[in-house]
Amino acid sequence: MPLTTEQEHRNLAKRHRKARIFARFCAAVTWSGVVLLGLLLYQVSIDGFGWLDWQFLDSFPSRFPERAGIKSALVGTVWLIALVAVISIPVGVSTALYLEEFAGRGRIAKIIEVNIANLAGVPSIVYGILGLAIFVRYFALERSLISGALTMSLLILPVIIIASREAIKTVPQGIRSAAYSLGATKWQTTWAHVLPASFPGIMTGVILALSRAIGETAPLIMIGALTFVAFLPEGPMDSFTALPIQIYNWVSRPQEEFHELAAAGIIILLAVLLIMNATAIYIRNKTERRLK
Amino acid sequence: MSESPEIAMAEEQALGMHRKSVLELRNVSIFYSEKKAVNDVSFNIRRNKITAIIGPSGCGKSTLLRCLNRMNDFVEGCRVDGELLFANENLYGKDVDPVEVRRRIGMVFQKPNPFPKSIYNNIAWGPLINGYKDSTDELVEKSLKQAALWEEVKDRLHDSALNLSGGQQQRLCIARALAMEPEVLLMDEPCSALDPISTARIEDLMFELKEKYTIVIVTHNMQQAARISDYTAFMEMGDLIEFNVTKRIFTRPAIKRTEEYVTGRFG
Repeated sequence: MPLTTEQEHRNLAKRHRKARIFARFCAAVTWSGVVLLGLLLYQVSIDGFGWLDWQFLDSFPSRFPERAGIKSALVGTVWLIALVAVISIPVGVSTALYLEEFAGRGRIAKIIEVNIANLAGVPSIVYGILGLAIFVRYFALERSLISGALTMSLLILPVIIIASREAIKTVPQGIRSAAYSLGATKWQTTWAHVLPASFPGIMTGVILALSRAIGETAPLIMIGALTFVAFLPEGPMDSFTALPIQIYNWVSRPQEEFHELAAAGIIILLAVLLIMNATAIYIRNKTERRLK
Repeated sequence: MSESPEIAMAEEQALGMHRKSVLELRNVSIFYSEKKAVNDVSFNIRRNKITAIIGPSGCGKSTLLRCLNRMNDFVEGCRVDGELLFANENLYGKDVDPVEVRRRIGMVFQKPNPFPKSIYNNIAWGPLINGYKDSTDELVEKSLKQAALWEEVKDRLHDSALNLSGGQQQRLCIARALAMEPEVLLMDEPCSALDPISTARIEDLMFELKEKYTIVIVTHNMQQAARISDYTAFMEMGDLIEFNVTKRIFTRPAIKRTEEYVTGRFG
């Protein structure tokens, strides 16, 4: 006796075909994205690779392309991201912990929640204007690294908060119950169990957020990061420039050489991003293994 | 049934059982917002005995258990009426700190829930946060021995607890609760996620533990209640139908409904 009737067999074949078509569609979409990105990288590499050398990394900007470098922009970006991380991670993670573990389900918590989700969609230029009004003018922090870092932190805080909350939500309730049943306070439970268990997820959110911050240009232009900086910042109160601003500046010049310099700058920016993400992923995987 | 405690007392007398109570429930009602989950329940929990709470799903037995160490505090809208006397103090009294209650009344949950940490740290953490000053090495060994897990894990105390089998994890959770030296150990269907062999091991363990501890266990499994407990409370729809010495509940229950349940006619 056959396992299936003719009718059932045709039906099954149809379902299998549907599954195959869907899988191919997904693969096609994925690969078109990858190919486009590859083309972009290829084009940038062709243009910029010739300019990449120690001199490029170790020189200040110049009006002569062969003498121009990105030293001040690179150092500025490293400063900026470090400050942004120091400001936004504690604030963002604390906020997420408060909303998830302590605030309860009241009306105020809901209002905060909706507002944070909305803030994540506000254009970055608006944050720039806010930063200019509050940090640069009102708090008189001038056009400094700290103004830039505070503005950028505002911009990425919603992303960190939302990602951290999702990570905290996935911590099994049983872990909390276990801790409470041993006579732990809420704080002890949160610090010793909830936070470590949600750490990998929080790290993922932080990586995404900082990657966004490293590439943002508009808010920095708004708060007045300089485009021509021939010195290195020595503290948070110094004025600065950053990689995307330097790239933007080079791209907008008429000479072909500067466009190639911009491509070289993009390669450096991508390299910084890659190193940063790799480090974060390494830390995340290490803690993940420890938890398992 | 408010006369249940007296019936139990008469039975105890006949059987020559001692009658020291650790916990006394007096007219306890529990509400979730407006819904009444437990209705006017009174009975006593005897020292160094195992008290089983049985009944069909949704009868309020887990709810009742979880209010014995104030774990219900985390459920929004949960309210407890009546008195729960522990060492002559109402557990829900105004100046009782629920953290202190949970330190003295431990709990083992339905699903094994070890911390995603090492076996050693699973046990040492509770005492450490409660200000335990002596060497935790001894405490860890003692607790694991009490939970009959020591021989299986003594060579890998610093391995992750999540690598243990389900039955081992549950015994680890028992060891973790015992490390706090609680006066009462609450167990919420501790074997429902385990295989028969692991279940038998935990039942054996409970026999040993009642020398030192008082145990309250919620169980779906009537055979389990009959095998291990000294007292049984039968609940249905939030009411305590009958409370008595286990032997009596399973051989000549006073109330028809109890008989129907323990003989498997419903539930």
